[in-house]
Amino acid sequence: MANHTHVQNPKVDVAYRRKKNAEEMKHQIISFTLMIFLTLIAFFAVGYEGFSAWFSVPFILLLAVVQVIFQLYYFMHMSHKGHELPALFLYGGAAVAFITIWAFLTIVWI
Amino acid sequence: MSTLARKQGVGAVIWDYLTTVDHKKIAILYLIAGGFFFLLGGLEAMIIRIQLAVPNNDFISAGFYNEVLTMHGTTMIFLAAMPLVFAMMNAVVPIQIGARDVAFPFLNSLGFWLFFFGGVFLNLSWFLGGAPDAGWTSYASLSLASPTHGIDFYVLGLQISGLGTLIGGINFLVTIINMRAPGMTYMRMPMFTWATFVTSALILFAFPPLTVALIFMMMDRLFGGNFFDPALGGNTIIWEHLFWIFGHPEVYILVLPAFGIFSEIFATFSRKRLFGYSSMVFATVLIGFLGFMVWAHHMFTVGLGPIANAIFAVATMAIAVPTGIKIFNWLLTMWGGSIRFTTPMMYAVAFIPSFVIGGVTGVMNAAAAADYQYHDSYFVVAHFHYVIVGGVVFALLAGAHYWWPKMFGKMLDEKLGKVTFWLFFIGFHLTFFIQHFLGLMGMPRRVFTFLPGQGLETGNLISTIGAFFMAAGTIVLLANVVITTVKGKRVGNDPWEDGRTLEWAVSSPAPEYNFAQTPLVRGLDAYWIEKMEGKKGLTPAEPLGDIHMPNPTILPFVMSLGLFISALGFLFHNDYGWGLPVGIIGLLITLVAMFFRSIIDDHGFHIPKEEVMEAEKKGAGA
Repeated sequence: MANHTHVQNPKVDVAYRRKKNAEEMKHQIISFTLMIFLTLIAFFAVGYEGFSAWFSVPFILLLAVVQVIFQLYYFMHMSHKGHELPALFLYGGAAVAFITIWAFLTIVWI
Repeated sequence: MSTLARKQGVGAVIWDYLTTVDHKKIAILYLIAGGFFFLLGGLEAMIIRIQLAVPNNDFISAGFYNEVLTMHGTTMIFLAAMPLVFAMMNAVVPIQIGARDVAFPFLNSLGFWLFFFGGVFLNLSWFLGGAPDAGWTSYASLSLASPTHGIDFYVLGLQISGLGTLIGGINFLVTIINMRAPGMTYMRMPMFTWATFVTSALILFAFPPLTVALIFMMMDRLFGGNFFDPALGGNTIIWEHLFWIFGHPEVYILVLPAFGIFSEIFATFSRKRLFGYSSMVFATVLIGFLGFMVWAHHMFTVGLGPIANAIFAVATMAIAVPTGIKIFNWLLTMWGGSIRFTTPMMYAVAFIPSFVIGGVTGVMNAAAAADYQYHDSYFVVAHFHYVIVGGVVFALLAGAHYWWPKMFGKMLDEKLGKVTFWLFFIGFHLTFFIQHFLGLMGMPRRVFTFLPGQGLETGNLISTIGAFFMAAGTIVLLANVVITTVKGKRVGNDPWEDGRTLEWAVSSPAPEYNFAQTPLVRGLDAYWIEKMEGKKGLTPAEPLGDIHMPNPTILPFVMSLGLFISALGFLFHNDYGWGLPVGIIGLLITLVAMFFRSIIDDHGFHIPKEEVMEAEKKGAGA
């Protein structure tokens, strides 16, 4: 197939690629900092006596989802071109898993 | 290294097939193994029908009847229909997209051997204390109470063969996404390739729930778990949900390739482009998508409540829409076409009314309130046999006749093919049509006998007679295969003369490298386009060169054998002292084989350009 877009001749557009890489590095550092920050908040939410489990469990789950998105898009390059199909299948799988869990929580007497 | 044009002894041939990673040979392996299990499942069906031919029959005992019925369903779905679908996919899809092989030839072989050993393991149960006897759905409350090891064979056997299916599905996804020839855009892919693509996605998402369910069951039965036992805090409904979250998409995993096969056949023998190609693609994707949201329609009577039942009922009925689109597209493909009634085309034409009956009873079953009447009656048995035999088995028989020359280089005899068709077609309707009414009259499914004087005698006798017609059809087919293999004449690239897709542009059977030069695809029905422009072959997309091929390997066989031994060990670990060590040794065999796979650097080999040119001149002529 001719869609090997990410396998390019390394000598082409050195300046452009450098700039792109620098930008990407910046994004990675920002998201990495944010992820550490979110982790600290999660620890805090669990440790703090004032929050009940009914707040802190959904809250840290939400933080986990945000972290997964950071991980996928900034570290595993899902934002790049040519990742549409993996993204489709990822979301497809997530949807099936979600429906399954949803059903188990609502119509199965667990 | 090339095996082109070399005479081989029997041992060498067997070794060749044990180690092959060639998709065409793996297709033949799937065809043989799947065909064998199809005959086995058919034999079990005959036993069922003989037992039910007359009231109060004692041909077999009630316990044995349960085993036969369970093994009939399990064998037909997992060990016959699935591998036969994979046989068609392997034989055709890589060539249809202009590729030299699948993306992961090693995994392809591993997938086959896992399926094969899983199937053999499941059937060993006949000789080791009794087969599973809780129905192919193996509902937990029933199967946990089964005293023999049958259910354990079911659980471990399906786990192993399910792994193989999952591997096969992933392989085809990667192949179709990455290995299409230049110019083969998604919307130029033949319909069978599209069906394979969506099916593979369904396999990817549907098999993990089955894996989880089987692991739960394994824990409960063999390792002291209690996921399903209410007395110990478990919940028996979990199995039903997990099974049907897998089980319903499984139905589409079987029937979408069938739709794909018929789409190819309708276009070829109507000598017309498939009507409404893009709506066909859309319908296929939509069926795949909706297929995941309807599983609870198998469980209306479980007590999910009216809201859940209503949602699943409406979602189920929605599937009739894309299916209807397909039916009309096939009819309109034939409309105005110059139709040739070859054997595959006869199956295709017969498929439409047969499948529509199955679809209509499907919508009837989907009406949740009415389903309380149909549930667990012969009406349901009639419904799903109409869908699976009228859809899938017809497609597999049609596909086998259609692609036989491409797989083996010889045409199946058309006259005998038509005899098979008529016997099978008449037998099929004779067997199953009457079962609708038996169900409506109150005959429950999965009973080993019935009483006289309840109005069920005539219907059951007719049904049994029909089964004998189907058996006769199958025997004629087998005779046809033998006669063709012994006496058949070699055929050229395009034996049906109206081939439209790329597989008809290469020799029959295709050379091991498929295409001497990767073709350039210039539209839908790539080969037809070239033919219409008066060209003999395809437009090449690359110069002739050395062709890189993967090496054959025995490792997939060894890995699967290891799991087989391991499963046998763990199955008996509560009964015998040797169970645990044998189980561990089996796992070690698999792990060592995986270790060797990792450290041996296998770069494959090259077929030199000269050898390719020589082979092409000899009559390959791609």
